[in-house]
Amino acid sequence: MKKNITITVNGTEHRTFVEPRLLLVHFLRDVLSLTGTHVGCETSLCGACTVLLDGRAVKSCTVLAVQANGHKVTTVEGLAADGLHPIQEGFWEEHGLQCGFCTPGMILCSHDLLARHANPSDAEIREAINGNLCRCTGYQNIVAAVRNASKRMSKPVAARAGVR
Amino acid sequence: MADNGNSGKTAHWVGQKLKRKEDPRLVQGISHYTDDFKLTGMLHCVLVRSPHAHAELRAIRTEAARALPGVVGVFTTEDTASVGGVPCAVQMPDLKVPKHPVLATGRVRYVGEPVAAVVAEDIYVARDAAELVEVDYEPLPVVIDMEKALNGAPFIYDEYKSNQAFTHTLKNGDVDAAFKKADRVVKQRMVNQRLAPIAMEPRAVMAEYLPGEKRLTLWSSTQIPHLLKTQVSVMLGLPENFVRVIAPEVGGGFGSKLNVYAEEGIVPWLAMKLGKPVKWNESRRENFLATIHGRDTINELELALKKDGTILGLRGRLLQDCGAYHQLLTPLIPQLTALMHAGCYKIPAIQIDIVGVFTNKMSTDAYRGAGRPEATYNVERMMAIAAQELGMDAAEFRLKNFPQAKEFPYTTITGLTYDSAKYQESLKKALTLSGYASLRKRQKDGWKAGKYYGIGVSTYVEICAIGPSAATPAGGWESGTVRIEPTGKVTLLTGASPHGQGEETTFAQLIADELGIDPDDVNVVHGDTLAVPYGIGTFGSRATAVGGTAAYLATQKLKAKMATLAAHLLGCEPADITIGRGHLSAKGGKSISFGDLVLSAYTARNIPAGFEPGMEATHFFEPSNFTFPFGAHIASVEVDIETGEVKIEKYVAVDDCGNVINPMIVDGQLHGGIAQGIGQAMWEELVYNEDGQLLTGTLMDYALPKAHFLPEFTLARTVTPSPVNPMGVKGVGEAGTIASTPCMVNAVCDALSPLGVRHIEMPLKPERVWSAIAKAHLSPQGDPHT
Repeated sequence: MKKNITITVNGTEHRTFVEPRLLLVHFLRDVLSLTGTHVGCETSLCGACTVLLDGRAVKSCTVLAVQANGHKVTTVEGLAADGLHPIQEGFWEEHGLQCGFCTPGMILCSHDLLARHANPSDAEIREAINGNLCRCTGYQNIVAAVRNASKRMSKPVAARAGVR
Repeated sequence: MADNGNSGKTAHWVGQKLKRKEDPRLVQGISHYTDDFKLTGMLHCVLVRSPHAHAELRAIRTEAARALPGVVGVFTTEDTASVGGVPCAVQMPDLKVPKHPVLATGRVRYVGEPVAAVVAEDIYVARDAAELVEVDYEPLPVVIDMEKALNGAPFIYDEYKSNQAFTHTLKNGDVDAAFKKADRVVKQRMVNQRLAPIAMEPRAVMAEYLPGEKRLTLWSSTQIPHLLKTQVSVMLGLPENFVRVIAPEVGGGFGSKLNVYAEEGIVPWLAMKLGKPVKWNESRRENFLATIHGRDTINELELALKKDGTILGLRGRLLQDCGAYHQLLTPLIPQLTALMHAGCYKIPAIQIDIVGVFTNKMSTDAYRGAGRPEATYNVERMMAIAAQELGMDAAEFRLKNFPQAKEFPYTTITGLTYDSAKYQESLKKALTLSGYASLRKRQKDGWKAGKYYGIGVSTYVEICAIGPSAATPAGGWESGTVRIEPTGKVTLLTGASPHGQGEETTFAQLIADELGIDPDDVNVVHGDTLAVPYGIGTFGSRATAVGGTAAYLATQKLKAKMATLAAHLLGCEPADITIGRGHLSAKGGKSISFGDLVLSAYTARNIPAGFEPGMEATHFFEPSNFTFPFGAHIASVEVDIETGEVKIEKYVAVDDCGNVINPMIVDGQLHGGIAQGIGQAMWEELVYNEDGQLLTGTLMDYALPKAHFLPEFTLARTVTPSPVNPMGVKGVGEAGTIASTPCMVNAVCDALSPLGVRHIEMPLKPERVWSAIAKAHLSPQGDPHT
């Protein structure tokens, strides 16, 4: 029995019928064709599917689409209103990615951190992203990328690129 | 979009830290991995896999699954009988290559072996239906332990009357004499545990067949699209010139996608059978069970030494767990292991005997380093143990046994010719950078105070740029096609197929320098067999040294062509033409813009006699040798002897990969490699129980390194260009992994040496470290491993 849901994704409201068991990640990828959110394990262990649910990072492989009913979701595609978000700039500048598969999740997890803690230490960054796995970078440049983003976001000009 | 800083400069691009051209699409999530494509009418495939490690397949009942609404079909080996087996590309005199059907036939031989393929209109329905497939298994005795497999265990293949898959011996020099005249013989048994590569993107395959055009298109998360195209055409009996393989964005490989898998035969067969596109996505659980594993060797080493520390000879007996079937390169990996047992040392006599063993597990094959980490672990652990037994400093012992820089090219006892190296320089730099002398002083003081600090030294050499075709099963060359379009923009088609290495940037840098243009004007195209001339792929730290050289040499051909046309237009000799930034000039000052020259090659109204119109050149580069990057890593740790916990305090890596095109990318490769190598030393292990069940088959149980597990690495470089290719590059993709594993184990064992701990098997989990301390403490002879 399909359920009627209304989810605002990247600022756009979507009203649709979904199977109750449909995962949020599949809703985003298959229903809305937002394929920037990746599926790496389906068990909430790798973090590749991380999105923001009402501004907080969640692993969308273990959230049902019906649970997001009435809520706001931000995916990597909706992070910047125009161009690149400062976190995306930071990842680019510091070579915080190689194959790019974990990157959207890493960026949204970092967004959650920087929203709560504007100027984290390296140890705090490492702690905050420890639910997101990367096999390519050894994390060192991801830490540098988040540090870089934190500096960019403390500048007033960067603050304009906000979450929709 | 912010400026990437890659245009408008007049500087030399090679050697610069350029931001990657790949990244804007990746950081915005608008790139396309295989699972991101959706085709009209596409069906979804889910595989039913064996829960048994070894069993007779008695019956498969598919009625209930077929009856589920939305299910299109359920297929077993009887249906796929026409599909050729999963290929193994290796030939050896006594190699046994078992039949490897894409769906299990008669027997299953490892947990996770595909038994049936379910196809449905929806992935959720396909999964439901897979659970409704009933399979009757009659369990057989399971063979897990390699040593038991060779000693009385039941046979996995009755027809072979043995579980031995192959033997391989590398012998040179008078080994017996070396051991006879030795003052000291150091012996150690070591296990190199089984690992999971875990690319963050699991494998994915999608296929579409157009019967009118007779064209099969296969999208696959692969490192080797061209080789896959050939193999798939053979498996399916299709003419290869009607098969197109596309490796779109690929989310990491580490060797696990340097293969041809059953699913790459099943999915296109289904697409042809059903007349609709079919997609299969690997779950992470399947990725653990049915994507190749790495390492898994048992090693018995003996080192013959003079009392002054001179190495006289090395003897090794290795068992390689192949798993139940051979994948593409399974038996090749231990041959690389044998070759690299000379390390970066002068060893006058060597014998390495390897036995490959069948067990009821997933196949082993190439995993980052592929044979070299196994060799380097053996060699570097033996060097550490030998230095300790002789009472010599770990660094001093190595310096004594290195060949000198002037001895290069240096021919090793294993028959390799190392191209160029300065082993002393990299080690000395690492000693300085790590503050080695003060670390040693602190260690001595610590021991007195009950603090256990350890210093691990690891000096490595690796065999890269794989490789000369004579030494590879499927060709070791690479292709590059450089095309300057009529508007002056450049397309590079490279047979190398990157999956995170940044070749779209580094290859653009090297071409931009040659043609006097900006890297942003070079579009690097890869991974589509219809667009790119035949190539080999990205693995074995080969892309830049072999694929980059192919691109470089194709560019040289184009430059000659440009000079010919420019000379014609400017009224001079080709030798008088120089290529500057955006123009070509003749001696005496006349010049033509780059754009005008290229356009005139296409309009072809004023070209010299015999001049081929257009501006495109291809080069297939066959390397004359491998390259041999090297370096020295030093780790500093503190071990808590009450809990067995290891704290990694400092990690210093000095690596030499020859000339560097983009230092940022080189450092990134090293970071990732070091993390993976530390992962093996400290946390990662695939554990099968005696029933053949994989106990560490999820990301909850398999301890992939997380950000807070790791220290910040300190990197430095020495630069010794390779004479093997014109750019002097060597390769860097695997260096970190190769060096860091023994470095960590050396550090921990070094910390515990006063307690009589000589060796601890990886991974060095607290329980293992604590147990080793406890056992050494209880034993009057010290460590039970000696």
